[in-house]
Amino acid sequence: MPNRRTYITVGAVRITRTTALCGVLCGLPRLALAQSDGSINTGDTAWILVSAALVMLMTPGLALFYGGMVRARNVLNMLMQSYIAIALITMIWALCGYSLAFSPGIPLIGGFGWLGLRGVGLAPNEAYAATIPHQAFMVYQLMFAIITPALISGAIADRMRFSSYTLFIGLWSLLVYVPLAHMVWGVGGFLRNLGVLDFAGGSVVHISSGVSALILAMLLGVRRKVSADDMRPHNLPITVIGTGVLWFGWFGFNAGSALAANAVAVSAMVATHFAAASAALVWVFIEWIAYRQPTALGFMTGAVAGLVAITPASGFVHPISAIAIGALVAPISFGAIRAKARFGYDDALDVFGVHGVGGIFGALATGLFASTATNPAGANGLFYGAGASLLVKQLVGIMVTVALAGSVTYLLGLFLRGTIGLRVSTDEEDTGLDLALHGEAAYGGMAMGSEAGSPVGAVHTGPTIL
Amino acid sequence: MIKVEALIRPQKLDDVKSALTDLGIRGMTVSEVRGVGKQKGFTQHYRGAEYTVNLIQKVKVEIVVPDTEARQVADAIAGAARTGEIGDGKIFLIPVAEAIRIRTGDEGDSAIT
Repeated sequence: MPNRRTYITVGAVRITRTTALCGVLCGLPRLALAQSDGSINTGDTAWILVSAALVMLMTPGLALFYGGMVRARNVLNMLMQSYIAIALITMIWALCGYSLAFSPGIPLIGGFGWLGLRGVGLAPNEAYAATIPHQAFMVYQLMFAIITPALISGAIADRMRFSSYTLFIGLWSLLVYVPLAHMVWGVGGFLRNLGVLDFAGGSVVHISSGVSALILAMLLGVRRKVSADDMRPHNLPITVIGTGVLWFGWFGFNAGSALAANAVAVSAMVATHFAAASAALVWVFIEWIAYRQPTALGFMTGAVAGLVAITPASGFVHPISAIAIGALVAPISFGAIRAKARFGYDDALDVFGVHGVGGIFGALATGLFASTATNPAGANGLFYGAGASLLVKQLVGIMVTVALAGSVTYLLGLFLRGTIGLRVSTDEEDTGLDLALHGEAAYGGMAMGSEAGSPVGAVHTGPTIL
Repeated sequence: MIKVEALIRPQKLDDVKSALTDLGIRGMTVSEVRGVGKQKGFTQHYRGAEYTVNLIQKVKVEIVVPDTEARQVADAIAGAARTGEIGDGKIFLIPVAEAIRIRTGDEGDSAIT
């Protein structure tokens, strides 16, 4: 019998013999365990750990989703913009981000009490999740903090300096994400106290990133194209894979936001899946009518728009309401993307159209469809006889998010443009960011410096290792 | 010597190759090319952005033969590549000044057989 699998029972939970032995030997850890053991629920903890892993996987999924849509000469840069967020935001979160988002503070931002994760241990934090270790809550929230700035990268594709982008997302995380997370989810946050409902981050994640994406795309200007059909997505199959990964990961994003393996989590998972399916279906039908051909990219875009719209509402709405929310967000986001051409800004991969507009619609839809029959801890929306009071609160939440994300992004963008510069040179942009900024090429022939690829012209200039 | 240069539908390449094999022709150069003629292109939609591609994929087959065989080869290619629809392609017969086999230095007809 392997000793790792041997459990002894202490209170309501099982701990391994190894842990218990260590506790006996060390004394202090045993005391810490004894304080927390009674309240940790293994089912809840298992689900939140799995959910954290699912949400982590969404960022690589996002990288693929975006990566397939850019030109072949920029795909590695696009993927890196997601991956650098994983590493950078993790460091920020550990040092100060988590403390400023969730530790006790003022209504607008958290405090410094948990800097360097001081006091964020393995005992539960009763205020956020009473049945899981505090670090499980912390690492789960970290995954949200990672994907949010990464979402912005789709708007600025193919033309932003990597240094400038990295600095931007780090500062944006501290100046936009962290205060918003505190206001909406933190104990003492003023939108939370007001009664704004945002189950899994419709405002904190999607509206904030969508609006910031729009502002940053406007500051950067339009992408250069070297030929008439240059702007086509270079590899839709990886966009399709990315969508599948996102959809799968979103179950952790939404159902995990129940912070327990309970009925609300089940409800959120059902709503999430239903909204994604309904939005994808409606999007494809709209294309069938508008262009007489249903596109793969349209299906993927619709699915993501549905997932975005259900994010604030999941956990508060009936499954059939989720289908309605998905069906309604499809024409709204579709219209927002079509309107882009009229306004002339280059939100390259439609982050605003999908996440900004979809997120705003989702927040409002929560004010319409929320029902205490689904979640007694929620509220009733306009369609459940409670009048417009929740809808008005949702509107306040949207306005605060748009104002904060929009203004800070604008100021940050101006600052970076005036200092290290936002945009790569014309030459770098035409060469492609993979070669110009990273010294790599995604696909074989492109190492020669042309998309078509040519065996002529490569010169070995480095040391030979063979 | 004549170079027979045929621009054909990609899906007709196998038929053309077997027709040429039946004539005893073994050497040829094949490349993937794009071009435009009377055939209409394709309209693509990516999130509403419309791209019309009128440069269509074709295959170019090049064969150099003695003057006396050129017409027969061209007819065989035409017969194998024809569907009767717009987009079947073109065949050009182009005079060749000289041919040299690199390995042996052979010149003229003996370099191409």
